[in-house]
Amino acid sequence: MADSQTAPLEPITAADGTPLKKKLAQALFRSRVRAVSLVVPLFAFVMASFVIPIFALMWQGVYNDRFSSHMPNLTEQLTMWDGLTEPNEIMYGALVADLTTARANRTIGRVATRVNQEYPGTRSLFTSTARKAKKLKPPFKESVIKTNKKWDNIEVWQAMKITSQDLTPGFYATALDGRYTVDQGFVRQDENRQIYVKLFWRTMLISATVMGLCLLLGYPVAYLLATLPLRTSNLLMIMVLLPFWTSLLVRTTAWIAILQSQGVINDLMVYIGITADDARFSLIYNMTGTIIAMTHILLPFMILPLYSVMKTIPPSYMRAARSLGATPTMAFIKVYMPQTIPGIGAGGLLVFILAIGYYITPALVGGQDGQLISNMIAYHMQKSLNWSLAAALGGILLAGVLVLYWAYDKVIGIDNMKLG
Amino acid sequence: MAKLPPYTSTGEYIWHYVYRSICGLIFLFLIMPIIVVLPLSFNVEPYFSFTKGMLNFDPAAYSLRWYEDILRNGMKAPDAPFDWAWLADTWNNGQWIRAIRNSFFIGICATLLSTALGTLAAIGLSRSEMPYRRLVMSILISPMIVPLIITAAGMFYFYSQVHLSQTYLGVIMAHAVLGTPFVIITVTATLVGFDKSLVRASQSLGAGAVTTFRKVQMPLIIPGVISGGLFAFITSFDEVVAVLFLASPEQRTIPRQMWSGIREQISPTILAVATLLVILSIILLTVLELLRRRSERLRGITSS
Repeated sequence: MADSQTAPLEPITAADGTPLKKKLAQALFRSRVRAVSLVVPLFAFVMASFVIPIFALMWQGVYNDRFSSHMPNLTEQLTMWDGLTEPNEIMYGALVADLTTARANRTIGRVATRVNQEYPGTRSLFTSTARKAKKLKPPFKESVIKTNKKWDNIEVWQAMKITSQDLTPGFYATALDGRYTVDQGFVRQDENRQIYVKLFWRTMLISATVMGLCLLLGYPVAYLLATLPLRTSNLLMIMVLLPFWTSLLVRTTAWIAILQSQGVINDLMVYIGITADDARFSLIYNMTGTIIAMTHILLPFMILPLYSVMKTIPPSYMRAARSLGATPTMAFIKVYMPQTIPGIGAGGLLVFILAIGYYITPALVGGQDGQLISNMIAYHMQKSLNWSLAAALGGILLAGVLVLYWAYDKVIGIDNMKLG
Repeated sequence: MAKLPPYTSTGEYIWHYVYRSICGLIFLFLIMPIIVVLPLSFNVEPYFSFTKGMLNFDPAAYSLRWYEDILRNGMKAPDAPFDWAWLADTWNNGQWIRAIRNSFFIGICATLLSTALGTLAAIGLSRSEMPYRRLVMSILISPMIVPLIITAAGMFYFYSQVHLSQTYLGVIMAHAVLGTPFVIITVTATLVGFDKSLVRASQSLGAGAVTTFRKVQMPLIIPGVISGGLFAFITSFDEVVAVLFLASPEQRTIPRQMWSGIREQISPTILAVATLLVILSIILLTVLELLRRRSERLRGITSS
């Protein structure tokens, strides 16, 4: 009797004498460590080869030390300058000294390019003055202005002050069709220089159109696949999965063969007599081509989620609605459609996310007006070599995609993503 | 045609067939590019369009010259007699052959890397003890969601600084990262239906952790692993943006070669390659379907 009264006061122990609570905590901790250690290798790999590179590039969008690293003396002077008063003799002296060394080190081209990004039309001003910099005599202010009158323009100096700051919002301003100035902060770019915002809108518009078309084409097909007997629907499913598994470039090539002016569609149109031989439709190398090819490529991403949702809807619901007096249309709209909304959401978001960052197809079949923002990023990475601007444009695109991704995770949950 | 119930009205009859025809047209839209590519790759003329002869099924209008061109393009002596030297020439110098070799090499390496890491991570992620499960999962899936151009540009910028760009290792790492989300998704999906009591049963019968994994867990998740691997392989095999940014001419893959083919010298050789790729995707699709059936059979789900 005495034993049973004192026993609950003592902690329950495991076989080796440690309290059970502690033992349980240890076991839980061990299994947690085991789970984490399984994930860590991939996590480290993804971090090193994917996340860090993207962050490194994004950092370039707000940080650029090209000017300050090559023009140290002038940078020091520009930092002290208020940006509004007339540039003084010391600043001109620093300019001449830095231009001389930059020319000797052959880095003047980089400096000129950097300022030119901020204030277009100044590239030659820097390179030509740098050529003469060595021979210039004090007073520097007069002699520099003598080489080129543009040095008298305070806007050039203001642009230099902006570029001399390593941490700059200038590239994001440019990416949003604005300019960052010393005295006024953000200013809108001139009307004829505004291209990026328009391009962002066009990207959204094309993505939304593609999403709409995918839904329009994907919904009936998914419904058919979900309602047919399994044997038939499995056969038809091949028609959806085969394009899904076929190389993107193969499909793009095929669309070129189909849509070009001497292509299958146009030949057929001429043969039937819908159009004259010399008035063939231009279906490719423009926005139409981009939309058709992208719709085809992204259609399976709409059909598959829709199909997997529709398969779970019991057909008896529709029959019940009919037996209660609903017309087929009514039953479909009131009973069936609301149940497919998760599928519409999943497919639509997925298609939109994938469409908004598309690069290959627009680049190959887009021509002039079918280009998306990705193509502009590629242009700045590879052709104009303005990586900071590319990073800023990419940063805006990435932010948009991440918001959509977050929404996708909240609404559908990435665990529920299914393939094939 | 499926039998319609007897209470179907005339309007519904008409709608039924109209609906079926609309679906037929959409299926045609889906499959048309593949149907068009196949015959055009046998065109005797160097055009992308059907000639009169092809439409009349004139045998002279068809040829295998573009398939030969896959072998010949880039060779030092394409017209030499066919012997071992000719084969060695095409193996070493053929542009397309080099691209095919690169694609398989990079694809297989990337697949092995992403399948190994992805499977382990998926097993870890499917355990309930895993802390910050959702956050970690969304980071690991993100390579599939982030626009390729941003990924490629970032890698180009970063890999150049650590001397990885223009090397095989750089391209393989890029492709492995892009393939892992597919492995994670497919393996996680297999593990969701995994009966945990099997592990406990195995342990109660005296098997250690390794034996349990090898003999009990592995055979059940292997179909998921293989199909994830196939997804990873096809991702790498089809990827061109990262290659555009990261690869030197030495690491040209098939899609990269097609890309320059479309942009610079458009010739039906691309269509011949495209046909071969379609055949490859049919093979992969078949393998995947067989795996899916096997997996269903193992879990005791019978398809009706």
